[in-house]
Amino acid sequence: MNIVLFLVPCSVLLGGLGLAAFLWTMRSGQYEDPKGDAARVLYDHLDDGPPPGD
Amino acid sequence: MSANLVVARDLEAFVRRDEGGAGRLELLVTGARCAACLGKIERVVLALPGVTAARLNLTTGKLAVTLGDAACAPAQVMQAVETLGYRASLFDPGQAAAAQDREGRELATALGVAGFGAGNVMMFTVPAWAGLFGQELTPATLTLMYWMAALVATPCALFAGRPFFRSAWASLRRGKANMDVPISIGVLLTLVVSFSETLLHGRHAYFDAAVTLLFLLLIGRYLDHRLRASARSAAHDLLVLQAPVAIRVHNGVEQGIPVAQVRVGDHLAIAPGQRAPVDGQVDSGVSEIDNALITGETALVAVGPGAPIHAGALNLTGRLVMTATARSEDSTLAAIARLMEAGAQSRSAYVRLADKAAALYVPVVHAAAALTFLVGWAVGLGPREALLRAAAVLIVTCPCALGLAVPAVQIAASARLFRKGVLVKSGAALERLAEVDHVVFDKTGVLTEGLPRLVDAPAHLVALAAPLARASRHPLARAMAREAGVGLVAQDCVETAGQGVEGVIDGRRARLGRAAFVGVDPVDRRETELWFGFEGDTKIRFVFEDKPRVDAALAIADLRALGLTVEILSGDLPGPVSKIAAELGLSSWRAGLTPFEKADAIDALKARGRKVLMVGDGLNDAAALARAHASMAPGAAVDAAQNAADLVFTGEALSAVPVAIGVARSARARALQNFTFSAAYNLVAAPAAMVGLINPFIAALAMSGSSMVVLLNALRPGWRR
Repeated sequence: MNIVLFLVPCSVLLGGLGLAAFLWTMRSGQYEDPKGDAARVLYDHLDDGPPPGD
Repeated sequence: MSANLVVARDLEAFVRRDEGGAGRLELLVTGARCAACLGKIERVVLALPGVTAARLNLTTGKLAVTLGDAACAPAQVMQAVETLGYRASLFDPGQAAAAQDREGRELATALGVAGFGAGNVMMFTVPAWAGLFGQELTPATLTLMYWMAALVATPCALFAGRPFFRSAWASLRRGKANMDVPISIGVLLTLVVSFSETLLHGRHAYFDAAVTLLFLLLIGRYLDHRLRASARSAAHDLLVLQAPVAIRVHNGVEQGIPVAQVRVGDHLAIAPGQRAPVDGQVDSGVSEIDNALITGETALVAVGPGAPIHAGALNLTGRLVMTATARSEDSTLAAIARLMEAGAQSRSAYVRLADKAAALYVPVVHAAAALTFLVGWAVGLGPREALLRAAAVLIVTCPCALGLAVPAVQIAASARLFRKGVLVKSGAALERLAEVDHVVFDKTGVLTEGLPRLVDAPAHLVALAAPLARASRHPLARAMAREAGVGLVAQDCVETAGQGVEGVIDGRRARLGRAAFVGVDPVDRRETELWFGFEGDTKIRFVFEDKPRVDAALAIADLRALGLTVEILSGDLPGPVSKIAAELGLSSWRAGLTPFEKADAIDALKARGRKVLMVGDGLNDAAALARAHASMAPGAAVDAAQNAADLVFTGEALSAVPVAIGVARSARARALQNFTFSAAYNLVAAPAAMVGLINPFIAALAMSGSSMVVLLNALRPGWRR
């Protein structure tokens, strides 16, 4: 049973990391222009990361 | 052509500058679709002197340009984009800032948190369900699992539930109960009861139900928001394309300013092909103007110095300079705006389907829960067991299916209409559209194409005048050239703005234009006409008419098949209106109506209990559009009409009107099916909960199952047409 006490915080932590990553992608504006990002990946000189969030 | 015009303009008013002089300019670029467009536009704009950054958002079509200093004029950026073959339009800086989507971000964050909570809380509640299948956990482990579940679910549910709590609170303060009230009470009560059960080492806690419920509801809410936002921004972009730029002439210099900044007394230039931004009086220049969007009148009006000109009038031939006599929000427009506001107020009193259901549902369910508690206590269950059963009633009847029933159907219906080029501004509009029983059409630009066409002209006469017509840019001459097809062009052509065109055909001097210009005594026949004659020869008269849209008759037949009555209310003269009505087989029509009479006619119909759909495109329709039960406007309509209308159809086809009504009616039918299913489900689930047959596993299953049925019913194919 003790293993549960170790595994439960681990899994909640992993889930929390996923949530934090999602919140970060949203705050940094990665859903603002899905079509443009799909196009930008084709060019080296356009692949300049997400736009500055404003 | 437009690029050349742009160079001369100073568009500084559209740039937002900070203290250091760095500026930000936003343009709406239409026509960019692929990676190549994106690369080309950004490269060319970035190469301009003074531009430090350029980024095109391919999804929204917005090009954000950062200007390093004052060296680069915004007009150069526009010209660069237009030279590449894309159309660039200016945004009012205020509107660009307001366009950020806060609500969407909040809903997406709530959805992410609820999804995290729903996924992780299952780790603790699934082992608890195992007890139902004989794999008993020890009571201590069960309580531990529930505490863990509480730790994850409570903050998630409280955070993700904020949109619902806020809306419920706002509704309760107005003394009403919307669908968010039972949702909020259900979630909060579920949490409270689950906590008390866990504290008392009880067997049943429902932490997973609370957060899963919010997750499912937020999916519907978020999709609904996305759809409405995209329809709104598409409608907004249409308005931007109509260029809210006024060209102010100050000491001989032309400067582009937002229409909202026009002051009384400003001198404004109107190039041919542009609309007058505000009411005013012509200072200099001679031209013809088209008032079709303002009064619905199809005949062109000649204007010269001193002539009044109304906002929205289209300048056709010559360049005009006018003095503004009103700001854009004042004067003649103000009366129409007041009528529109009154219409919008009467509409906000409309009770939506979901709220009607909530008004029935909330008292019944809450009374049933209270009854369960009291009866349970009375028959000797003890207060704790009685409260648990009352909570179970609230949980299984929690309006997950009800909360999804209407939005899911409306999302599917709006998406369907969106693909057909019809933008729906709100779900309530769709509900109102399903109820209409009478359709009122405006004539010019709605039933008709809004373009002049030559009528009853013998081909040999058209061929005679065609060489001159081909040399002119006047809309009537162009209609004639279209009719004649490709051929010779007259030589030595000179076009006199507002008068006509003169040139040499086969060595003979000829004129095409207004009666006086060609040498005929003008008679006011109130018909759109053009005269042609060789010098010293007989003069020929050509008459033009606005033809009905190709599918107008078909669309009206479809509307009749749907059981609707159809009527025309027009501001044009009785002659053209009766002609169109006869062509389309409509017996009821009224002509010569002012905007106020149109609105009154709608009110009179309402007073007789009719639910009216108004379809109109002009400023003279805006008040009627706002007052009607539901309203539609074509994409070419003036912005006031588009703002007032519930739906905007972007295509050429009038069949969008019957299609939209058909889809709205199907949506209503499906929403009612969903309600019926939810009610039937509650009729089974609520008594089961009252007698204590519901445990957490059954509750989770029933709730998700009923939501799935409702969603699938919304998504199944087989929409009408």
